[in-house]
Amino acid sequence: MQLTTKQQEYWRKNLRITGILLFIWFVATFVMGFYARPLNEINFFGWPLAFYMSAQGSLIIYVVIIWYYARYMNNLDRVYDVEEAEDE
Amino acid sequence: MATPVAAPGGAVAAGENRRFKNQLKKVYTWYTGGFILFLIALAIAEQMGLPRSIIGYVFLLATVGLYAGIGVMSRTSDAAEYYVAGRRVPALFNGMATGADWMSAASFIGMAGSLYLLGFNGLAFILGWTGGYCLVALFLAPYLRKFGQFTIPDFLGARYGGNIPRFVGIFAAILCSFTYVVAQIYGVGLITARMSGVSFELGVFLGLAGILVCSFLGGMRAVTWTQVAQYIILIIAYLIPVIWLSVKITGVPVPQLVYGKVLEKVGQREEQLLKDPKEIQVRDIFKQRAADASAKLKDVDKSYAEGKAALTAAVTKAETDNAGVAAVDDAKKALEAYPKDAAAAKAAWTKDTGLAARAAPPLRHAEAFPGKDEAARDVSRRNFLALVFCLMVGTAALPHILMRYYTTPSVRQARESVFWSLFFIFLLYFTAPALAVLAKFDVYTFLVGSEFSKLPQWVASWQRVDPSLLSIVDINRDGIVQLAEISIGGDIIVLATPEIAGLPYVISGLVAAGGLAAALSTADGLLLTIANALSHDLYYKMLDPHASTARRVTISKVLLLVVALIAAYVASLKTADILFLVSAAFSLAAAAFFPALVLGIFWKRANKWGATLGMIAGLGITFYYMATTQPWLRGVFGVTGSIADHTWWGIQAISAGLWGVPMGFVVIIIVSMLTPAPNRDIQELIEHVRYPNLKGDTVNTLGT
Repeated sequence: MQLTTKQQEYWRKNLRITGILLFIWFVATFVMGFYARPLNEINFFGWPLAFYMSAQGSLIIYVVIIWYYARYMNNLDRVYDVEEAEDE
Repeated sequence: MATPVAAPGGAVAAGENRRFKNQLKKVYTWYTGGFILFLIALAIAEQMGLPRSIIGYVFLLATVGLYAGIGVMSRTSDAAEYYVAGRRVPALFNGMATGADWMSAASFIGMAGSLYLLGFNGLAFILGWTGGYCLVALFLAPYLRKFGQFTIPDFLGARYGGNIPRFVGIFAAILCSFTYVVAQIYGVGLITARMSGVSFELGVFLGLAGILVCSFLGGMRAVTWTQVAQYIILIIAYLIPVIWLSVKITGVPVPQLVYGKVLEKVGQREEQLLKDPKEIQVRDIFKQRAADASAKLKDVDKSYAEGKAALTAAVTKAETDNAGVAAVDDAKKALEAYPKDAAAAKAAWTKDTGLAARAAPPLRHAEAFPGKDEAARDVSRRNFLALVFCLMVGTAALPHILMRYYTTPSVRQARESVFWSLFFIFLLYFTAPALAVLAKFDVYTFLVGSEFSKLPQWVASWQRVDPSLLSIVDINRDGIVQLAEISIGGDIIVLATPEIAGLPYVISGLVAAGGLAAALSTADGLLLTIANALSHDLYYKMLDPHASTARRVTISKVLLLVVALIAAYVASLKTADILFLVSAAFSLAAAAFFPALVLGIFWKRANKWGATLGMIAGLGITFYYMATTQPWLRGVFGVTGSIADHTWWGIQAISAGLWGVPMGFVVIIIVSMLTPAPNRDIQELIEHVRYPNLKGDTVNTLGT
């Protein structure tokens, strides 16, 4: 079957949000980890910053990334008319 | 457990889904309340004099009996119910089930201990085992749900066409799940033995019975509803002692928010201990002992004879000098304690050279990538990042986790379900680093510096239970505990927290029950993955495509039993380096599945030969790297030469997936470009999985 322009746009938007969120994930993980020693010089409520990020901060970012993706895509499904019928 | 029967195999009406979800909420709320009442009743019984051994038994029987009950009530012989719980598991509950499926005995019991021992570098496990869910959410879960069959090899078989990719998938799924399940059953055996006092081997088989009653009769449906129940127990069991310990130390019941201040105090204490002359004295004694041992090892026979002669001479001298009965006894004892022959002496001295590790100064808990110079720190950082990478990609490739996203009612709920999964996992994983710091504070400030005659009660009892978990010996004989005199095994941190925090024994029983729930739930998910790969993928899809549903489910049940028995047998041998095997599973899964799955969805040009060769190449290089750099595997394969000769870029064997994953991607891309593009049907299949509901789409992949 041939995809309509609207359907193709849905996929492009999906790729775009996936890319953006993946970039945030990468920064919160690997860029943060790479600069852990200098970041640890910063005190964050008692924690050295990189310690805090690795033990808690980045984890919160991960949870938010997944929450936002689900919300964004579930909404996009509706706007682009590709949502499933039989769901609550 | 209420699991009303729905139309098999397909989607059910919206109203029914909502009713089902509300009913589940009610059932599990009552369940949680009932469990808390059960705890309170036991605590009261303990105050009234119920002995500890009985409490252990009550926990063991009550929880395993509960899981068995859910298992029996969820029995089924319908394929969609057996393989994917009828695809009716609401996002929230699938999240809890995934959490229990995911968190193994290692997460529950071992994690906080590893963080205690490794400090900052241990956080690689925290980052890796949570961040992987971003990859699951963005690249896999919604698409696999839309595809909607039963297993991961199913997807490989349909997307890449033919049995060869499917077969490689089966092989890889079994390879990584089996190593993992052996470790879980091992953990089940340990905990069962500890809770009931039976032997380890018997514990393994008792635990196995517990695993089988959950999964044998009801497959995925039973496993799902037990896993939800197990998650509730394990999270309560993990949080209560940590909250209590936090109140004891900081006065605040939210340890995760306030342990930064405790970490600061631990840091100050570390600086004191690094300079403390008594600590240095103890470390020097260890250094000396290790040096002596390696000197003796240079000529074992000669040193053995000399040592024995000296001790014999000492006895004679004490006797002839009339030095007194006590002195003669001491000299005789020393002679008796001397190794019986040169081989025994060699073993003892080799063990003593290991004392060099205890001569090292304590690490600074919060310091990232400690090392003696810039180069060593660089290698440490590289390994940290590589490990995080492998654990993350491995998370997004383990079949027993991915399989869980087949069970939600819709793509929409699959996406939400990943959020709930990580949320429930997060609750435990952001607590573990807090527990490690609180425990360290307790040990560094209250235990270190106390008198040997006044050791806290928990120290004495754990020294008796298992010296490998905790042993404190007055090395420099000053009657005061030095940090260097404490030898601690990681697992004790979680196991002893209730006692450190001064909680009643009921909570210790609860922690053991939580550990058991964690191990059982993971083992269930893994066994099901292996049995399904064999029965559904190998038997039904490849050998006998005309088999009836009932026959397929029966075969799956029989295989489950066989695989479980083999895994229990391997676990009871206690031979392999089990901790290594668990981490190996992540690298192997990452290299085998991740590139083929992701490219299968996001790159239409990826084809059969690319995927097949890519999976083989990724697995191959990962396995090769492990075999040449991991001590146990080197022994198995007879690899010679030093480990350093075989490592690339200083990366440790545990992170071998760092080579396997890119290798997989590169091979798939190159080979696919050199061979013809997939046909039209497959192109349409890809479009089918990309859209939750594609109008005009004629493809139907839903498995029945």
